[in-house]
Amino acid sequence: MRNAIRGTFVMLGECFRMSLDNIRGNKIRSFLTLLGIMIGVTAVIALISTVSGVSGTLADSFSSMGAGRLSVSITGNDLKTGVTPEDLAEITALDSVRGVVPSISLNGRVSRGKTVESGVSVSGRNAYYFQRNPDLILQGRALNFIDDDNSTYACVISRKMVDTFFFGVNPLGETLYVSGIPFTVVGRYEEDDGGGVASMFSGSPDILIPYTTAMKINNSREISSFTVYLNDGTDSAGASAAVEEKMDAMFDYEEDCFTVTAMTSIEETMETMMGMMSSLLAGIASIALIVGGIGIMNMMLTTVTERTVEIGLKKALGAIPWQIQVQFLIESFLLSMIGGLLGVAAGLGLSYILCRVLETGFVLNTGAIALGVGFSAAVGLVFGWAPARKASRLNPIDALRTA
Amino acid sequence: MQTNTFFEMTGIHKDYIMGGEPVHVLKNICLSIREGEYLSVLGPSGSGKSTLMNLIGCLDTPTAGEYILHGRKVDEMDETELARLRNREIGFIFQNSQLLNRLTARKNVELPLIYAGILPKERRRRAEAMLERVGLKDRMDHLPTQLSGGQQQRVAIARAMVGNPSLLLADEPTGALDQKTGAQIMELFGELNRENRTVIMITHDMKIAAHAKRVIRIIDGEILEGGGADDA
Repeated sequence: MRNAIRGTFVMLGECFRMSLDNIRGNKIRSFLTLLGIMIGVTAVIALISTVSGVSGTLADSFSSMGAGRLSVSITGNDLKTGVTPEDLAEITALDSVRGVVPSISLNGRVSRGKTVESGVSVSGRNAYYFQRNPDLILQGRALNFIDDDNSTYACVISRKMVDTFFFGVNPLGETLYVSGIPFTVVGRYEEDDGGGVASMFSGSPDILIPYTTAMKINNSREISSFTVYLNDGTDSAGASAAVEEKMDAMFDYEEDCFTVTAMTSIEETMETMMGMMSSLLAGIASIALIVGGIGIMNMMLTTVTERTVEIGLKKALGAIPWQIQVQFLIESFLLSMIGGLLGVAAGLGLSYILCRVLETGFVLNTGAIALGVGFSAAVGLVFGWAPARKASRLNPIDALRTA
Repeated sequence: MQTNTFFEMTGIHKDYIMGGEPVHVLKNICLSIREGEYLSVLGPSGSGKSTLMNLIGCLDTPTAGEYILHGRKVDEMDETELARLRNREIGFIFQNSQLLNRLTARKNVELPLIYAGILPKERRRRAEAMLERVGLKDRMDHLPTQLSGGQQQRVAIARAMVGNPSLLLADEPTGALDQKTGAQIMELFGELNRENRTVIMITHDMKIAAHAKRVIRIIDGEILEGGGADDA
């Protein structure tokens, strides 16, 4: 028994050596064959790593902008199209809520002297918004409670607006006309508030004015969109329920008047989407692996035919069918594995470059590497099986006669 | 000289199906060989001598009849058992030496030892000793293509002998060689036989057959003379 086990190891070692010799002996053919597997694995790893890099970056920016926040948007009913400042005060009074920021959008024509710009995004916010984001104001002052309470015509403007209307001029104290109403510029702010990807989704306004003033311009007492900031360490699901309960009362328990969205749930949806995306891409890429496997099978069948005499001779010298089969299986396995490992290297390189180009974080996805290596091993064994079996079944007499 | 029976064939038939028709290649072969015999099987091409060699060499099993080698019934063995038997008991020498051109002379000689499960160091030692024996000590690391026909056949003999088999089975061993080289090979066979090894040689050349101590003739699948266990 010990002899048999030792014999098996001796034989396996020899098979590895002989297989490497054969692969080296047909360098160009072997390389072309393993190229299929290599391309497949490269594609799988590059796609998975890039998608996970992108989704990692998205998730980071979502949690940085969305942590501890609920966003509420209201469609309302016939009687009530939004919440009043008094309603907002009620929500602010909830235990889990730290503060509320209304957001009232105006699409305005903005002018100064001869310079006119239409379709500028103007948003009414409250003082709490500026308290939350103390780094927002680059120059001048923020809007404060006095502005809110008195509906002042003060505004803070983005860098873009400074470049458009005040090129080479200090904007502070200057007048800007929003929908024909004169506003005094009191500050300049950094428009890119939540990171590149986040602003893509939230859309940053160009001019911020007191929300009370915005309501006056809109001639409305109601607010249709606001953000609820939660106390630190609050469970967003629970807080969301509390806000919903409060608002249900405001809308007389009528359904579909508003939606409360926790950013965490958007994040989850995003993650699911990205997961689906990466498995879809991996599925497409694995077609390349199957094609590569067929290439290996083709080469192994050719090899078996070419080496008929060698197989016959080895059988005559005492190789049992199983040993011949193992020899050819090892050869296709090695061929596929070499392709797979080269593919892993190329895939990681490619995804690193892609992540740099897309400016997302590069994540070394060990799952993708394991998938690539495992897949190529499996391809080698599965597609090598039939040729190896064919070799093992060759009749030594017929094989030697062909010489 | 020992007089134990080495193998015994009784009533061996071998049929092949060719184009749907069965062809009787061997008919009622009875052959008995004692240990240490030097036998040649002489016959023209198509006589069935190669088929007989395949049967003796356990490369094939008979359609009917009984073949007992070293007390074991070969006709009932499966492929794996046959392979093991070939590996241990039989050293093959083929007409055109059949060396693997990608392997050096030594690696070629090591081949049967790989399937016997011998460790690399021991394989190397045995292969080198055997190559030295056939006079190729300084050609061990040459590839077959770098050797002459006679030298290639010596490598093949070394390969056949390295596993220390009890039977040396040669199919037209001098067929591809010139007369002088052929004579050298015959001398080597004689030497191996004097060490009490059974040697069976298949040939169509009467002169080569004459080197053996016993000659059997085979024509149309039947043994014409020398099949019985008569005294050699």
